[in-house]
Amino acid sequence: MAEVMIETRGLGKKYGSFTAVRDLNLSVQKGEVFGLLGPNGAGKTTTTLMLLGLTEPSVGSAQIAGVDCTRNPLRVKQIVGYLPDNMGFYPDMTGRENLRMTGRMNGLHGELLEERMDELLARVGMSQAADKTTSTYSKGMKQRLGIADILMKDPDVLIMDEPTNGIDPEGMRELMLLIRELAEKDGRTILISSHQLHQIQQICDRVGIFVHGELVACGDIATLGKQLEEQNGYQFEIAVGNQQHKLRKVLESMEQVDRLEEKEAFILIHTGENIAGKLMHELMKEKLELTHLRKCSGDLDEIYSLYFEKAGESDAGSDDRKKRRKQAG
Amino acid sequence: MQAAMTEKNAVSKPVERRAGGGFVTLYQKELADHFHSARFKLVFALLIVTSLAGLYGALQSIADSTSASSEYVFLGLYTLSSSGIPSFASFLAYLAPLAGLALGFDAINRERSQGTLNRLVSQPIHRDAVINAKFLSGVTVIFIMIFFVGAMVGGLGLAIIGIPPSAEELRRILSYLLFTVVYTSLWLGMAQLFSVLCKHAATSALITIAVWIFLTLFAEMIVGIIANLAYPLEGIQGFYNMLDNYQLQMNLNRLSPYYLYCEATSTLLSPNARTLGIMTQESLSGALAGYLPFEESLLLIWPHLTAMLALTMAAFTVSYICFMRQEIRA
Repeated sequence: MAEVMIETRGLGKKYGSFTAVRDLNLSVQKGEVFGLLGPNGAGKTTTTLMLLGLTEPSVGSAQIAGVDCTRNPLRVKQIVGYLPDNMGFYPDMTGRENLRMTGRMNGLHGELLEERMDELLARVGMSQAADKTTSTYSKGMKQRLGIADILMKDPDVLIMDEPTNGIDPEGMRELMLLIRELAEKDGRTILISSHQLHQIQQICDRVGIFVHGELVACGDIATLGKQLEEQNGYQFEIAVGNQQHKLRKVLESMEQVDRLEEKEAFILIHTGENIAGKLMHELMKEKLELTHLRKCSGDLDEIYSLYFEKAGESDAGSDDRKKRRKQAG
Repeated sequence: MQAAMTEKNAVSKPVERRAGGGFVTLYQKELADHFHSARFKLVFALLIVTSLAGLYGALQSIADSTSASSEYVFLGLYTLSSSGIPSFASFLAYLAPLAGLALGFDAINRERSQGTLNRLVSQPIHRDAVINAKFLSGVTVIFIMIFFVGAMVGGLGLAIIGIPPSAEELRRILSYLLFTVVYTSLWLGMAQLFSVLCKHAATSALITIAVWIFLTLFAEMIVGIIANLAYPLEGIQGFYNMLDNYQLQMNLNRLSPYYLYCEATSTLLSPNARTLGIMTQESLSGALAGYLPFEESLLLIWPHLTAMLALTMAAFTVSYICFMRQEIRA
């Protein structure tokens, strides 16, 4: 069952002296939704282009469904649908004509082509607007047509580059549902690259965090959170309805608590272990009315910012080293 | 279940039948684009109007000088000019490049800025199908335009003067039109090259228009200045320099495709042009006055034709290579 669809081994890309992607080892299973997260310029788009054989890797190799992406890009492009981030359509052709052209390029024709087109237009909710020229479409409509467009070839793998860019919340929700459905119902493998973590969190089975061309963390969100908690400790937000200073005293008396911090109306507790249970116990003993308790370590926001901070630090470090080397020289 | 069945049927088909599908689809699309574009209509209208003007001038000229006209009256429709109105051939020499430019200057960079290029290259087609289809559809459109105006002038002229063309004249006209298609394709290739190199359509349009105006209007003036600097024509020394001066001028001029084209077409359309180089009094002595047959005229401009084809291929090849090596990302 666990069939590997996308696999990269030691994949890397250099533009001159700039390393866009470094030693990427990734494997995505069939039917999985994988989120490639990272800030702009982290190498996400370069990675997707290498997977499609549109950019040649400097080192390493990439395979999709066992086909080498660099050596046999045509075969790969037959089974992979790619939704680029600034996807465009021919503005003076209608949505249907644009789709028809894509279908033809994929060897579809005649009744089959028309049938497939109608079916997909209905699926993305674009049947009504299909016969208008695409220059009249809104960004959200273009994105939906884009999804119909990449589904024309009936791909096994979908690669989407920033699919949520510039879409309103309602459109976003529909898009997320559609993507999830494509993975669950049709069993397609989906790779989404994005910097919008919240949407991705809802639909991805696993995420990989990409910073400065390196995959710094990879796994499902719960695992990533646990990993981080073990490394950096836990954090809780807490508030009580009465006797704020008494709460402080109680907390300070607990030996597991490392540090307290005021945060708006809450108190932020830094601890080395999960003390939620103990905390409740102490509060009950002191008859404090708990109004708010939230574990804030381990959610995606935290994961994201921590990994980015880490990367930022190491980057600054290397800069320092360079400076020192310069001075020495 | 029904949907699943059609899905299944659909999966197998694109895998088997795909070869060549990309090029044909793109070629058809590009042709349709050209025919629907306002640009094509404008250029075509311009060509038609100027050819009618050229024809009008030629007819006047034929009517004025019946006594002195050569035996090739029909060719006169294309070459004769009357007071102030240039001939059809010189109109075309000026304006045919414009047709090439208009069809090609935004071929690739428009796809890029529209965001359709990365959609195209993620389809299972060879990447060169994109640029091949663009170039060949452009050549097709040029072929249609040039032969249309050529046939129109011939047909209207025939109806008015009533003298049918000889087979020799027909052959000359057909090869002249074909040569014009090659010349225009050269400009198409050049425009396409800049459309690959420049990010913005406006930049590539400006560059190609600048090259066009320079080569058709200013190149000859500058060549004249250079030749006069190298071999001054003043004083006694001037008489000795005359031959060198002229030769240098001609050689430099022949670097310009416009000059090559004009030389070649005037040879093709006027059978009394016997040579393209310098002729001395001595080499003329004893020569029989007469017209050159078509084959001989063709032989005379064969180097021009080869050079023109080579230039066209070069422009296309360079843009092909640049396009293939370019990063797809915007």
